[in-house]
Amino acid sequence: MVEVHAFATLKKHLPDGGKAEVEIEPGATVDDLARRLDIPVDEVKIVMRNGRHVELRDTVQDGDRVAFFPAVGGG
Amino acid sequence: MARKILRINMSTLEAVYEDVPEKWARWAGRGLTSAIVADEVEPTCHPLGPQNKLVIAPGWVTGTPAAPSSGRTSFGGKSPLTGGIKESNAGGLSGQKIAKLGLAAIILEGMPADPGKWYKLIITKDGVEFQDASDVEGKGMLEVGPTLWDKYPGTAVIGIGPTGEMKLSNAGISVNDPENRPGRYAGRGGLGAVMGARGVKAIVVDDSGGPGVAIADREKFDSGRRRLTQSISEHDLTKRDGALATYGTAVLINILNEAGGLPTRNFSSGSFEHAADISGEKITELIEERGGEGVVSHACNPGCIIKCSNVFPDEGGVELASAVEYESDWALGANCGIGDIDIIAKMITQCNDLGLDTIEMGNTIAIAMEGGLLEFGDGEGALKLFDEVRNKTPLGRILGQGVEATARAFGVYRVPTVKGQSMPAYEPRAVKGIGITYATSPMGADHTAGYTIAPEIAGVGGKVDPLTEEGKADLSLTFQAATAFIDSTGYCLFIAFPILDIAEGWAGMADTVAGVTGMAITGDDVVPMGKEVLKVERLFNERAGFTSEDDRPPEFMLHEELPPHNVKWTVPNEDLDQVYAWVHED
Repeated sequence: MVEVHAFATLKKHLPDGGKAEVEIEPGATVDDLARRLDIPVDEVKIVMRNGRHVELRDTVQDGDRVAFFPAVGGG
Repeated sequence: MARKILRINMSTLEAVYEDVPEKWARWAGRGLTSAIVADEVEPTCHPLGPQNKLVIAPGWVTGTPAAPSSGRTSFGGKSPLTGGIKESNAGGLSGQKIAKLGLAAIILEGMPADPGKWYKLIITKDGVEFQDASDVEGKGMLEVGPTLWDKYPGTAVIGIGPTGEMKLSNAGISVNDPENRPGRYAGRGGLGAVMGARGVKAIVVDDSGGPGVAIADREKFDSGRRRLTQSISEHDLTKRDGALATYGTAVLINILNEAGGLPTRNFSSGSFEHAADISGEKITELIEERGGEGVVSHACNPGCIIKCSNVFPDEGGVELASAVEYESDWALGANCGIGDIDIIAKMITQCNDLGLDTIEMGNTIAIAMEGGLLEFGDGEGALKLFDEVRNKTPLGRILGQGVEATARAFGVYRVPTVKGQSMPAYEPRAVKGIGITYATSPMGADHTAGYTIAPEIAGVGGKVDPLTEEGKADLSLTFQAATAFIDSTGYCLFIAFPILDIAEGWAGMADTVAGVTGMAITGDDVVPMGKEVLKVERLFNERAGFTSEDDRPPEFMLHEELPPHNVKWTVPNEDLDQVYAWVHED
């Protein structure tokens, strides 16, 4: 099981308050995860896996927490 | 018409217009305030004494027609909080009106012969009127603004709250927004106390009939303006339906929390269990749900096309605060363990009324919590502390002195400051580059001084791992230099997001400056000219007594592990010393 969060303008793609829990196949990537959840990858700017920045091609494992962000900033 | 310097002497109550001397002619905004402070203020002077000055300067393009998001006003002087040079800039109405009066800068100097006497200064095209301020003396900025607009509607109001009158080190300078709210603050570093020490409660700026801003090369200016505007309009962050306009700057709460870099409970953790409750997403949801006077995406000055500000209403739709933005939200929220957004909003309004910088005040309350005055998470108790400030009690005065004074009063060791100024909303142990900026900036701990968060967290201007230190000293210096330039333009620093990613926007920004001033500069001059400003500031601080030992993070960060990544500060001191080594080599 992977815990997925989507924030800001991506939040609406996960109807359960921007959260989802997903069973994954071994070797699945962040990109696979996004496509399965209908998160538009062209709007994804930052992905974090367990609090560390990763890329779409990186893999995910059972127990991971994955967070998707669009372009965010401020100060 | 050539720009003038307006010099206002509070000892003699005289105002004179001077030509801009050659040595300052190239500069505006921060570049100009820092040049004037370095030339005219004795670095070792007492910040509240007669030798200090308050310098106010709009940027190069401020006041020009249709330069986007360019209403910043720079305030400079010697800081009571850091003891070093300070530039703090704000949005609101003042920059454009000062510029349209043909002024490059206003220098406020001297002190009234009667130390109990307060003045209002009314600045128009015809000069300066010195008025008795007894009608607004002792009043909060929520009352000062409307009182002054009764007589001078539509003007810019620059003012100090009661904390500035008390000359406390965390007193900021308020500028009114287009609806005459206080709260666009030159907050950091205690410049409100420097203004208070001149005996000035408020400055009204009326630009009616002013000459406007001369543009040397209209074609170049227009071309630059178009390309800059285009880059802001198309970048995913700053476009009309992008994250800044939709959620405000507090959109950063969730990503910093996810990255383990959201300082929590006085910098004892990098994640906050109630982050979602105080996030930009939640704020926008509540504004839309509550309706009434609430506004998502509000412009803090005319001509802003980013509009990251907001108006946050209570449950009945009545305005509670403007703006609930990231730093204020974090400082008075996560860093105090408070997850109640309504209480945070109320505290922001207290800060705006009393004249307190929200970052320093939030950190101060967190220190008081750590020192046992109240519990972390006690929102109602935190709100009551503002009564102490308002009532001018000894406790209120200590809190108004900021983090270091309060930490001493309560025997606290975990003190997140550099050069006397407390850290903003990014944990340096989890985001190393911003820690280098905090440690080395001439301003003290200041995120805006070199915002490496862009590549370290947001993936803007490249992508680098926030937890590593390699290359971060150079990264910080480049950002500090580019920022010193942008702070001189009058543009909001947020134009950096699009122009770091879109080369035409960067070149366009430089062309607008070249177009207004007639200087032959391009995008390639941004960093070198920014370094000129940094050098002036750095040398001022050296003359004030600062050494490399002042370019260090607080000791606790070297040995306390920060959860959730369990990281310490690991950047070698040699890397910190390298950031400004060029000042004595070039």
